[in-house]
Amino acid sequence: MLEISNLSHVYGSGPGAHHAIEGLNLSVAEGELLCIVGPSGAGKSTLLRSIAGLIQPTGGEVRIEGKLVKQTPDNLAVVFQDYSRSLFPWMSVADNVALPLRRKKMDKQQRRAAAQEALESVGLAEAGKKYPFQLSGGMQQRVAIARALAYRPALMLMDEPFGSVDAQTREDLEDLVLQVRGHHKMTIVLITHDIDESVYVGDRVVVLSKAPAHVVGDLKVELASPRDQITTREHSDFVHLRAEVGRLVRGLERTPA
Amino acid sequence: MIRTLGVLGFLLVLEAAGRLGLIEALPPVSVVLVTAAGLAVDGSFLSDVGATLSACAAGLLIAVVTAVPAGLLLGTVPAVERSVRPLVEFLRPIPSLSLIPLAMFLWTDSHDAKIALIVYTCSWPLLINTMYGLADVDPIAKDTLRGFGFGPMAVLWRVSLPSTAPFIATGVRIAVSVTLIVAVSVELLAGGGGGIGAYLVQAGSANRVDRMLAATVWAGALGLAANALFTAAERRLLRWRWAT
Ligand SMILES: Nc1ncnc2c1ncn2[C@@H]1O[C@H](COP(=O)(O)OP(=O)(O)OP(=O)(O)O)[C@@H](O)[C@H]1O
Ligand SMILES: [Mg+2]
Repeated sequence: MLEISNLSHVYGSGPGAHHAIEGLNLSVAEGELLCIVGPSGAGKSTLLRSIAGLIQPTGGEVRIEGKLVKQTPDNLAVVFQDYSRSLFPWMSVADNVALPLRRKKMDKQQRRAAAQEALESVGLAEAGKKYPFQLSGGMQQRVAIARALAYRPALMLMDEPFGSVDAQTREDLEDLVLQVRGHHKMTIVLITHDIDESVYVGDRVVVLSKAPAHVVGDLKVELASPRDQITTREHSDFVHLRAEVGRLVRGLERTPA
Repeated sequence: MIRTLGVLGFLLVLEAAGRLGLIEALPPVSVVLVTAAGLAVDGSFLSDVGATLSACAAGLLIAVVTAVPAGLLLGTVPAVERSVRPLVEFLRPIPSLSLIPLAMFLWTDSHDAKIALIVYTCSWPLLINTMYGLADVDPIAKDTLRGFGFGPMAVLWRVSLPSTAPFIATGVRIAVSVTLIVAVSVELLAGGGGGIGAYLVQAGSANRVDRMLAATVWAGALGLAANALFTAAERRLLRWRWAT
Protein backbone atom coordinates (compact mmCIF):
# COMPACT_ATOMS: atom_id res chain seq x y z
CA MET A 1 0.00 0.00 0.00
CA LEU A 2 2.59 2.52 1.16
CA GLU A 3 6.30 2.33 0.43
CA ILE A 4 8.75 4.86 1.80
CA SER A 5 12.31 4.46 0.69
CA ASN A 6 15.36 6.33 1.83
CA LEU A 7 13.27 9.39 2.66
CA SER A 8 15.08 12.53 3.75
CA HIS A 9 13.89 16.02 4.37
CA VAL A 10 15.88 19.11 5.14
CA TYR A 11 14.21 22.40 6.09
CA GLY A 12 16.09 25.43 4.85
CA SER A 13 19.67 25.40 3.62
CA GLY A 14 23.13 26.47 4.64
CA PRO A 15 24.25 26.43 8.27
CA GLY A 16 20.72 26.99 9.60
CA ALA A 17 19.35 23.93 7.79
CA HIS A 18 17.42 21.44 9.87
CA HIS A 19 17.61 17.76 8.97
CA ALA A 20 14.18 16.53 9.97
CA ILE A 21 14.28 13.10 8.34
CA GLU A 22 17.24 11.11 7.08
CA GLY A 23 17.27 7.74 5.35
CA LEU A 24 13.87 6.59 6.54
CA ASN A 25 12.52 3.32 5.16
CA LEU A 26 9.07 2.03 5.90
CA SER A 27 6.37 0.03 4.24
CA VAL A 28 2.78 -0.36 5.27
CA ALA A 29 0.57 -3.19 4.06
CA GLU A 30 -2.96 -2.74 2.78
CA GLY A 31 -5.42 -2.61 5.68
CA GLU A 32 -2.72 -2.24 8.28
CA LEU A 33 -2.99 0.14 11.22
CA LEU A 34 0.47 1.45 11.84
CA CYS A 35 1.31 3.57 14.85
CA ILE A 36 4.32 5.83 14.80
CA VAL A 37 5.84 7.01 18.05
CA GLY A 38 8.85 9.20 18.49
CA PRO A 39 10.16 12.07 20.56
CA SER A 40 8.78 15.56 20.12
CA GLY A 41 10.33 17.39 17.20
CA ALA A 42 11.61 14.15 15.70
CA GLY A 43 10.03 14.81 12.34
CA LYS A 44 6.80 12.81 12.63
CA SER A 45 4.59 15.51 11.19
CA THR A 46 7.16 16.08 8.46
CA LEU A 47 6.97 12.40 7.57
CA LEU A 48 3.21 12.58 7.42
CA ARG A 49 3.30 15.66 5.20
CA SER A 50 5.66 13.89 2.83
CA ILE A 51 3.33 10.91 2.63
CA ALA A 52 0.40 13.20 1.91
CA GLY A 53 2.32 15.02 -0.81
CA LEU A 54 1.94 18.31 1.04
CA ILE A 55 5.70 18.83 0.98
CA GLN A 56 8.24 17.59 -1.52
CA PRO A 57 10.82 15.68 0.48
CA THR A 58 14.37 16.69 -0.37
CA GLY A 59 15.43 13.08 -0.85
CA GLY A 60 14.06 9.59 -1.36
CA GLU A 61 10.56 8.72 -2.42
CA VAL A 62 7.09 7.84 -1.25
CA ARG A 63 4.90 5.48 -3.23
CA ILE A 64 1.25 4.78 -2.62
CA GLU A 65 -0.06 1.70 -4.38
CA GLY A 66 3.07 1.77 -6.48
CA LYS A 67 2.53 5.35 -7.65
CA LEU A 68 5.12 7.96 -6.78
CA VAL A 69 3.57 10.69 -4.63
CA LYS A 70 4.12 14.05 -6.32
CA GLN A 71 1.02 15.86 -5.14
CA THR A 72 -1.72 14.78 -2.80
CA PRO A 73 -3.05 11.47 -4.07
CA ASP A 74 -6.73 10.77 -4.36
CA ASN A 75 -8.38 8.75 -1.69
CA LEU A 76 -6.27 10.05 1.13
CA ALA A 77 -7.33 11.96 4.20
CA VAL A 78 -5.25 13.75 6.79
CA VAL A 79 -6.19 14.57 10.37
CA PHE A 80 -3.86 17.39 11.31
CA GLN A 81 -2.21 17.88 14.65
CA ASP A 82 -3.44 21.50 14.69
CA TYR A 83 -7.06 20.45 14.45
CA SER A 84 -8.44 23.86 15.40
CA ARG A 85 -6.56 25.55 12.57
CA SER A 86 -7.72 22.93 10.12
CA LEU A 87 -11.41 23.58 10.71
CA PHE A 88 -12.89 26.42 8.69
CA PRO A 89 -14.38 28.99 11.09
CA TRP A 90 -16.78 30.42 8.52
CA MET A 91 -18.59 27.13 8.02
CA SER A 92 -20.88 25.18 10.26
CA VAL A 93 -19.55 21.93 11.67
CA ALA A 94 -21.68 19.89 9.26
CA ASP A 95 -20.42 21.92 6.29
CA ASN A 96 -16.86 21.44 7.45
CA VAL A 97 -17.35 17.69 7.47
CA ALA A 98 -19.21 17.65 4.16
CA LEU A 99 -16.85 19.90 2.22
CA PRO A 100 -14.24 17.29 1.16
CA LEU A 101 -17.05 15.08 -0.13
CA ARG A 102 -17.38 17.50 -3.05
CA ARG A 103 -14.48 15.55 -4.49
CA LYS A 104 -16.70 12.48 -4.65
CA LYS A 105 -19.64 11.77 -6.89
CA MET A 106 -22.18 12.68 -4.24
CA ASP A 107 -25.06 15.12 -4.39
CA LYS A 108 -25.79 17.61 -1.67
CA GLN A 109 -28.21 15.33 0.13
CA GLN A 110 -25.76 12.43 0.18
CA ARG A 111 -22.99 14.68 1.41
CA ARG A 112 -25.17 15.97 4.21
CA ALA A 113 -26.21 12.48 5.23
CA ALA A 114 -22.63 11.21 5.21
CA ALA A 115 -21.52 14.17 7.31
CA GLN A 116 -24.27 13.57 9.85
CA GLU A 117 -23.41 9.90 10.06
CA ALA A 118 -19.73 10.66 10.66
CA LEU A 119 -20.61 13.22 13.32
CA GLU A 120 -22.79 10.66 15.05
CA SER A 121 -19.96 8.16 15.04
CA VAL A 122 -17.75 10.58 17.01
CA GLY A 123 -20.57 11.41 19.40
CA LEU A 124 -21.41 14.81 17.97
CA ALA A 125 -24.82 14.12 16.47
CA GLU A 126 -26.19 17.41 17.77
CA ALA A 127 -23.29 19.65 16.80
CA GLY A 128 -23.81 19.89 13.03
CA LYS A 129 -25.41 23.32 13.00
CA LYS A 130 -22.90 24.86 15.37
CA TYR A 131 -19.74 26.68 14.35
CA PRO A 132 -16.31 25.35 15.28
CA PHE A 133 -15.63 28.18 17.72
CA GLN A 134 -18.70 27.17 19.68
CA LEU A 135 -17.13 23.79 20.46
CA SER A 136 -14.51 22.81 23.01
CA GLY A 137 -11.05 21.76 21.85
CA GLY A 138 -11.84 18.08 22.25
CA MET A 139 -15.06 18.45 20.28
CA GLN A 140 -13.23 20.29 17.51
CA GLN A 141 -10.75 17.47 17.33
CA ARG A 142 -13.58 14.98 16.95
CA VAL A 143 -15.03 17.10 14.12
CA ALA A 144 -11.67 16.90 12.34
CA ILE A 145 -11.71 13.13 12.80
CA ALA A 146 -15.31 12.91 11.58
CA ARG A 147 -14.35 14.85 8.47
CA ALA A 148 -11.66 12.31 7.60
CA LEU A 149 -13.96 9.38 8.41
CA ALA A 150 -16.77 10.72 6.24
CA TYR A 151 -14.37 10.87 3.32
CA ARG A 152 -13.77 7.10 3.53
CA PRO A 153 -10.19 7.31 2.27
CA ALA A 154 -8.15 4.26 1.33
CA LEU A 155 -5.31 5.72 3.38
CA MET A 156 -5.92 7.80 6.47
CA LEU A 157 -3.10 9.74 8.08
CA MET A 158 -3.68 10.89 11.64
CA ASP A 159 -1.29 13.20 13.45
CA GLU A 160 -1.80 12.90 17.21
CA PRO A 161 -5.54 12.84 16.68
CA PHE A 162 -6.53 12.32 20.31
CA GLY A 163 -4.25 14.90 21.84
CA SER A 164 -6.76 17.11 23.57
CA VAL A 165 -9.68 14.89 24.50
CA ASP A 166 -10.40 13.55 27.95
CA ALA A 167 -9.37 10.01 28.86
CA GLN A 168 -12.83 8.55 28.40
CA THR A 169 -13.38 10.11 24.98
CA ARG A 170 -9.88 9.13 24.01
CA GLU A 171 -10.65 5.47 24.66
CA ASP A 172 -13.91 5.77 22.76
CA LEU A 173 -12.12 7.31 19.79
CA GLU A 174 -9.42 4.65 19.86
CA ASP A 175 -12.12 2.02 19.67
CA LEU A 176 -13.87 3.99 16.94
CA VAL A 177 -10.73 3.96 14.81
CA LEU A 178 -10.40 0.21 15.31
CA GLN A 179 -14.01 -0.29 14.41
CA VAL A 180 -13.87 1.92 11.30
CA ARG A 181 -10.80 0.12 10.11
CA GLY A 182 -12.66 -3.17 10.47
CA HIS A 183 -15.68 -1.96 8.53
CA HIS A 184 -14.09 -0.11 5.64
CA LYS A 185 -10.81 -1.73 4.68
CA MET A 186 -8.84 1.39 5.47
CA THR A 187 -5.09 1.63 5.84
CA ILE A 188 -4.29 3.93 8.75
CA VAL A 189 -1.06 5.58 9.82
CA LEU A 190 -1.47 7.09 13.27
CA ILE A 191 1.11 9.26 14.98
CA THR A 192 0.95 9.40 18.74
CA HIS A 193 2.94 10.41 21.79
CA ASP A 194 1.23 7.83 23.91
CA ILE A 195 3.07 4.52 24.05
CA ASP A 196 0.09 2.61 25.51
CA GLU A 197 -2.12 3.96 22.81
CA SER A 198 0.27 2.91 20.06
CA VAL A 199 0.22 -0.68 21.32
CA TYR A 200 -3.50 -0.74 22.00
CA VAL A 201 -4.53 0.59 18.60
CA GLY A 202 -1.76 -0.60 16.32
CA ASP A 203 -1.16 -3.76 14.34
CA ARG A 204 2.38 -2.57 14.32
CA VAL A 205 4.36 0.10 16.12
CA VAL A 206 7.27 1.94 14.54
CA VAL A 207 9.57 3.96 16.77
CA LEU A 208 11.38 6.92 15.27
CA SER A 209 14.67 8.34 16.46
CA LYS A 210 15.33 11.92 17.43
CA ALA A 211 15.92 14.30 14.51
CA PRO A 212 16.95 13.46 11.91
CA ALA A 213 14.28 10.81 12.13
CA HIS A 214 14.75 7.24 11.00
CA VAL A 215 13.23 3.97 12.13
CA VAL A 216 14.83 2.53 15.27
CA GLY A 217 12.17 0.00 16.19
CA ASP A 218 9.49 -1.91 14.34
CA LEU A 219 7.30 -4.20 16.42
CA LYS A 220 4.41 -6.35 15.41
CA VAL A 221 1.53 -6.17 17.85
CA GLU A 222 -0.05 -9.56 18.13
CA LEU A 223 -2.93 -8.98 20.46
CA ALA A 224 -6.32 -10.63 20.12
CA SER A 225 -8.98 -8.58 18.40
CA PRO A 226 -11.44 -7.15 18.96
CA ARG A 227 -9.44 -5.28 21.51
CA ASP A 228 -10.94 -4.19 24.76
CA GLN A 229 -9.88 -1.22 26.84
CA ILE A 230 -9.78 -3.27 30.04
CA THR A 231 -8.82 -6.82 29.16
CA THR A 232 -6.38 -6.00 26.37
CA ARG A 233 -4.52 -3.53 28.53
CA GLU A 234 -4.11 -6.01 31.38
CA HIS A 235 -2.95 -8.80 29.12
CA SER A 236 0.67 -9.79 29.73
CA ASP A 237 1.50 -9.43 26.01
CA PHE A 238 0.26 -5.84 26.12
CA VAL A 239 2.29 -5.06 29.20
CA HIS A 240 5.33 -6.64 27.65
CA LEU A 241 4.97 -4.78 24.36
CA ARG A 242 4.46 -1.39 25.90
CA ALA A 243 7.56 -1.94 28.00
CA GLU A 244 9.49 -2.76 24.87
CA VAL A 245 8.25 0.31 23.00
CA GLY A 246 8.87 2.40 26.09
CA ARG A 247 12.43 1.16 26.30
CA LEU A 248 13.05 2.05 22.66
CA VAL A 249 11.65 5.55 23.09
CA ARG A 250 13.44 6.13 26.38
CA GLY A 251 16.68 4.70 25.11
CA LEU A 252 16.64 7.49 22.61
CA GLU A 253 16.32 10.07 25.31
CA ARG A 254 19.38 8.80 27.13
CA THR A 255 21.73 8.61 24.20
CA PRO A 256 22.29 12.03 22.67
CA ALA A 257 21.68 12.09 18.91
CA MET B 1 -25.08 58.73 27.83
CA ILE B 2 -21.94 60.65 28.64
CA ARG B 3 -21.27 60.95 24.92
CA THR B 4 -24.72 62.40 24.28
CA LEU B 5 -24.16 64.89 27.08
CA GLY B 6 -20.82 65.85 25.60
CA VAL B 7 -22.32 66.50 22.19
CA LEU B 8 -25.25 68.46 23.66
CA GLY B 9 -22.90 70.52 25.79
CA PHE B 10 -20.73 71.31 22.81
CA LEU B 11 -23.76 72.37 20.76
CA LEU B 12 -25.04 74.55 23.62
CA VAL B 13 -21.72 76.33 23.92
CA LEU B 14 -21.70 76.93 20.17
CA GLU B 15 -25.28 78.19 20.29
CA ALA B 16 -24.50 80.55 23.14
CA ALA B 17 -21.39 81.78 21.36
CA GLY B 18 -23.44 82.45 18.24
CA ARG B 19 -26.22 84.22 20.10
CA LEU B 20 -23.85 86.36 22.12
CA GLY B 21 -22.12 87.38 18.94
CA LEU B 22 -18.81 85.82 19.98
CA ILE B 23 -18.47 84.20 16.57
CA GLU B 24 -19.41 87.03 14.26
CA ALA B 25 -19.27 85.25 10.93
CA LEU B 26 -21.23 82.13 11.85
CA PRO B 27 -24.95 81.73 12.39
CA PRO B 28 -26.04 80.05 15.64
CA VAL B 29 -26.35 76.27 15.74
CA SER B 30 -30.14 76.35 15.92
CA VAL B 31 -30.33 78.30 12.67
CA VAL B 32 -28.01 75.85 10.94
CA LEU B 33 -30.04 72.90 12.18
CA VAL B 34 -33.30 74.43 11.02
CA THR B 35 -31.78 75.08 7.60
CA ALA B 36 -30.48 71.50 7.55
CA ALA B 37 -33.97 70.20 8.29
CA GLY B 38 -35.27 72.32 5.45
CA LEU B 39 -32.70 70.82 3.09
CA ALA B 40 -34.12 67.37 3.75
CA VAL B 41 -37.18 68.33 1.69
CA ASP B 42 -35.40 70.60 -0.76
CA GLY B 43 -35.62 68.93 -4.17
CA SER B 44 -32.55 70.56 -5.67
CA PHE B 45 -30.40 69.71 -2.65
CA LEU B 46 -31.69 66.15 -2.69
CA SER B 47 -30.77 65.77 -6.34
CA ASP B 48 -27.28 67.01 -5.48
CA VAL B 49 -27.07 64.41 -2.70
CA GLY B 50 -28.24 61.82 -5.22
CA ALA B 51 -25.52 62.85 -7.66
CA THR B 52 -22.84 62.52 -4.99
CA LEU B 53 -24.09 59.23 -3.60
CA SER B 54 -24.57 57.62 -7.01
CA ALA B 55 -21.02 58.53 -7.98
CA CYS B 56 -19.75 57.11 -4.68
CA ALA B 57 -21.70 53.89 -5.13
CA ALA B 58 -20.66 53.41 -8.76
CA GLY B 59 -17.03 54.16 -7.99
CA LEU B 60 -16.97 51.82 -5.02
CA LEU B 61 -18.61 49.03 -6.96
CA ILE B 62 -16.21 49.29 -9.87
CA ALA B 63 -13.28 49.43 -7.47
CA VAL B 64 -14.43 46.30 -5.64
CA VAL B 65 -14.93 44.22 -8.77
CA THR B 66 -11.54 45.21 -10.16
CA ALA B 67 -9.24 45.69 -7.17
CA VAL B 68 -10.25 42.57 -5.24
CA PRO B 69 -9.57 40.17 -8.15
CA ALA B 70 -6.37 42.09 -8.85
CA GLY B 71 -5.37 41.64 -5.22
CA LEU B 72 -6.13 37.93 -5.42
CA LEU B 73 -3.96 37.65 -8.51
CA LEU B 74 -1.09 39.60 -6.97
CA GLY B 75 -1.41 37.72 -3.71
CA THR B 76 -1.32 34.28 -5.26
CA VAL B 77 1.14 34.67 -8.13
CA PRO B 78 4.42 35.95 -6.68
CA ALA B 79 5.90 36.65 -10.12
CA VAL B 80 3.10 39.08 -10.95
CA GLU B 81 3.39 40.69 -7.55
CA ARG B 82 7.13 41.22 -7.97
CA SER B 83 6.73 42.72 -11.41
CA VAL B 84 4.09 45.29 -10.46
CA ARG B 85 5.36 46.12 -6.99
CA PRO B 86 7.56 49.07 -8.11
CA LEU B 87 4.59 50.56 -9.92
CA VAL B 88 2.38 50.13 -6.88
CA GLU B 89 4.96 51.67 -4.60
CA PHE B 90 5.32 54.66 -6.88
CA LEU B 91 1.60 55.29 -7.39
CA ARG B 92 0.27 54.64 -3.92
CA PRO B 93 1.77 57.63 -2.09
CA ILE B 94 0.43 60.12 -4.67
CA PRO B 95 -2.39 62.02 -2.91
CA SER B 96 -5.35 61.20 -5.08
CA LEU B 97 -6.80 64.69 -4.71
CA SER B 98 -3.78 66.00 -6.60
CA LEU B 99 -5.01 63.96 -9.54
CA ILE B 100 -8.27 65.92 -9.82
CA PRO B 101 -7.02 68.21 -12.61
CA LEU B 102 -5.73 65.20 -14.53
CA ALA B 103 -9.03 63.37 -14.10
CA MET B 104 -10.94 66.43 -15.28
CA PHE B 105 -8.70 66.63 -18.30
CA LEU B 106 -9.09 62.96 -19.17
CA TRP B 107 -12.85 62.80 -18.57
CA THR B 108 -14.55 65.91 -19.85
CA ASP B 109 -17.80 64.88 -18.19
CA SER B 110 -17.29 65.83 -14.55
CA HIS B 111 -19.49 62.98 -13.33
CA ASP B 112 -17.18 60.50 -15.06
CA ALA B 113 -14.09 62.23 -13.75
CA LYS B 114 -15.52 61.95 -10.26
CA ILE B 115 -16.23 58.23 -10.61
CA ALA B 116 -12.83 57.58 -12.15
CA LEU B 117 -11.07 59.26 -9.25
CA ILE B 118 -13.21 57.43 -6.69
CA VAL B 119 -12.35 54.12 -8.36
CA TYR B 120 -8.68 55.00 -8.31
CA THR B 121 -8.68 56.08 -4.67
CA CYS B 122 -10.79 53.16 -3.41
CA SER B 123 -8.69 50.63 -5.27
CA TRP B 124 -5.66 51.05 -3.02
CA PRO B 125 -7.12 49.99 0.32
CA LEU B 126 -9.01 47.19 -1.43
CA LEU B 127 -5.95 45.94 -3.27
CA ILE B 128 -3.59 46.19 -0.33
CA ASN B 129 -6.02 44.63 2.15
CA THR B 130 -6.80 41.75 -0.17
CA MET B 131 -3.11 41.01 -0.60
CA TYR B 132 -2.46 41.39 3.10
CA GLY B 133 -5.35 39.07 3.92
CA LEU B 134 -4.10 36.44 1.50
CA ALA B 135 -0.68 36.49 3.09
CA ASP B 136 -2.38 35.90 6.42
CA VAL B 137 -4.32 32.78 5.39
CA ASP B 138 -3.46 29.90 7.69
CA PRO B 139 -1.27 27.43 5.76
CA ILE B 140 -2.79 24.57 7.76
CA ALA B 141 -6.25 25.53 6.52
CA LYS B 142 -4.97 25.43 2.94
CA ASP B 143 -3.15 22.15 3.53
CA THR B 144 -6.34 20.68 4.92
CA LEU B 145 -8.11 21.09 1.63
CA ARG B 146 -5.04 20.13 -0.38
CA GLY B 147 -4.83 17.01 1.76
CA PHE B 148 -8.22 15.98 0.45
CA GLY B 149 -6.93 16.33 -3.09
CA PHE B 150 -8.33 19.78 -3.94
CA GLY B 151 -6.42 21.81 -6.54
CA PRO B 152 -5.06 25.36 -6.19
CA MET B 153 -8.16 27.06 -7.63
CA ALA B 154 -10.45 25.20 -5.23
CA VAL B 155 -8.18 26.14 -2.33
CA LEU B 156 -8.24 29.79 -3.42
CA TRP B 157 -12.01 29.83 -3.73
CA ARG B 158 -12.93 27.76 -0.68
CA VAL B 159 -10.22 28.69 1.81
CA SER B 160 -8.18 31.73 0.82
CA LEU B 161 -11.08 33.91 -0.25
CA PRO B 162 -13.29 33.32 2.82
CA SER B 163 -10.26 33.71 5.11
CA THR B 164 -9.45 36.99 3.40
CA ALA B 165 -13.04 38.25 3.56
CA PRO B 166 -12.58 40.15 6.86
CA PHE B 167 -9.57 41.98 5.42
CA ILE B 168 -11.49 42.79 2.24
CA ALA B 169 -14.36 44.06 4.40
CA THR B 170 -11.97 46.38 6.22
CA GLY B 171 -10.73 47.57 2.85
CA VAL B 172 -14.29 48.29 1.80
CA ARG B 173 -14.93 50.29 4.97
CA ILE B 174 -11.82 52.38 4.42
CA ALA B 175 -12.83 52.84 0.79
CA VAL B 176 -16.33 53.96 1.78
CA SER B 177 -14.90 56.62 4.04
CA VAL B 178 -12.77 58.06 1.25
CA THR B 179 -15.45 58.01 -1.45
CA LEU B 180 -17.26 61.03 0.04
CA ILE B 181 -14.04 62.97 0.43
CA VAL B 182 -13.05 62.40 -3.17
CA ALA B 183 -16.56 63.00 -4.54
CA VAL B 184 -17.08 66.29 -2.70
CA SER B 185 -13.57 67.47 -3.56
CA VAL B 186 -14.10 66.89 -7.26
CA GLU B 187 -17.49 68.59 -7.08
CA LEU B 188 -16.00 71.64 -5.37
CA LEU B 189 -13.60 72.10 -8.26
CA ALA B 190 -15.55 70.79 -11.20
CA GLY B 191 -18.97 72.31 -10.46
CA GLY B 192 -21.39 71.86 -13.31
CA GLY B 193 -22.01 68.21 -12.62
CA GLY B 194 -23.98 68.88 -9.43
CA GLY B 195 -23.41 67.13 -6.12
CA ILE B 196 -23.01 68.27 -2.52
CA GLY B 197 -19.75 69.99 -3.39
CA ALA B 198 -21.43 72.03 -6.13
CA TYR B 199 -24.18 72.97 -3.69
CA LEU B 200 -21.55 74.18 -1.20
CA VAL B 201 -19.91 76.35 -3.85
CA GLN B 202 -23.24 77.91 -4.77
CA ALA B 203 -24.15 78.55 -1.14
CA GLY B 204 -20.74 80.11 -0.63
CA SER B 205 -21.00 82.44 -3.57
CA ALA B 206 -24.48 83.50 -2.40
CA ASN B 207 -23.05 84.22 1.08
CA ARG B 208 -25.44 81.71 2.61
CA VAL B 209 -23.21 80.44 5.39
CA ASP B 210 -26.17 78.75 7.06
CA ARG B 211 -26.77 76.65 3.94
CA MET B 212 -23.09 75.89 3.64
CA LEU B 213 -22.96 74.61 7.18
CA ALA B 214 -26.26 72.77 6.85
CA ALA B 215 -25.02 70.95 3.74
CA THR B 216 -21.79 70.14 5.57
CA VAL B 217 -23.80 68.69 8.44
CA TRP B 218 -25.60 66.47 5.93
CA ALA B 219 -22.33 65.37 4.35
CA GLY B 220 -21.12 64.34 7.80
CA ALA B 221 -24.37 62.53 8.55
CA LEU B 222 -24.14 60.64 5.24
CA GLY B 223 -20.59 59.58 6.04
CA LEU B 224 -21.70 58.33 9.45
CA ALA B 225 -24.68 56.49 7.98
CA ALA B 226 -22.55 54.83 5.30
CA ASN B 227 -20.06 53.68 7.89
CA ALA B 228 -22.81 52.32 10.15
CA LEU B 229 -24.40 50.51 7.22
CA PHE B 230 -21.20 48.82 6.14
CA THR B 231 -20.17 47.95 9.67
CA ALA B 232 -23.54 46.31 10.26
CA ALA B 233 -23.32 44.39 6.98
CA GLU B 234 -19.82 43.26 7.88
CA ARG B 235 -20.88 42.04 11.29
CA ARG B 236 -23.71 40.14 9.74
CA LEU B 237 -21.74 38.53 6.93
CA LEU B 238 -18.69 37.79 9.03
CA ARG B 239 -20.40 36.66 12.20
CA TRP B 240 -17.84 33.87 12.62
CA ARG B 241 -15.06 36.41 12.72
CA TRP B 242 -16.67 38.50 15.43
CA ALA B 243 -17.56 35.55 17.55
CA THR B 244 -14.08 34.09 17.76
N1 LIG C 1 8.23 24.58 7.85
C1 LIG C 1 9.31 24.33 8.60
N2 LIG C 1 10.43 25.06 8.43
C2 LIG C 1 11.53 24.83 9.18
N3 LIG C 1 11.61 23.89 10.12
C3 LIG C 1 10.54 23.13 10.35
C4 LIG C 1 9.33 23.33 9.59
N4 LIG C 1 8.42 22.42 10.03
C5 LIG C 1 9.04 21.72 11.00
N5 LIG C 1 10.30 22.13 11.18
C6 LIG C 1 11.28 21.57 12.13
O1 LIG C 1 11.44 20.22 11.83
C7 LIG C 1 11.50 19.45 13.02
C8 LIG C 1 10.49 18.34 12.96
O2 LIG C 1 9.20 18.89 12.96
P1 LIG C 1 7.91 17.98 13.04
O3 LIG C 1 6.76 18.90 13.12
O4 LIG C 1 7.94 17.04 11.90
O5 LIG C 1 8.14 17.21 14.39
P2 LIG C 1 7.16 16.22 15.16
O6 LIG C 1 7.87 14.95 15.33
O7 LIG C 1 5.85 16.18 14.49
O8 LIG C 1 7.04 16.94 16.56
P3 LIG C 1 5.81 16.93 17.60
O9 LIG C 1 5.82 15.62 18.27
O10 LIG C 1 6.14 18.04 18.55
O11 LIG C 1 4.57 17.18 16.82
C9 LIG C 1 11.28 20.41 14.17
O12 LIG C 1 12.54 20.68 14.75
C10 LIG C 1 10.74 21.65 13.54
O13 LIG C 1 11.21 22.80 14.20
MG1 LIG D 1 4.00 16.80 14.96
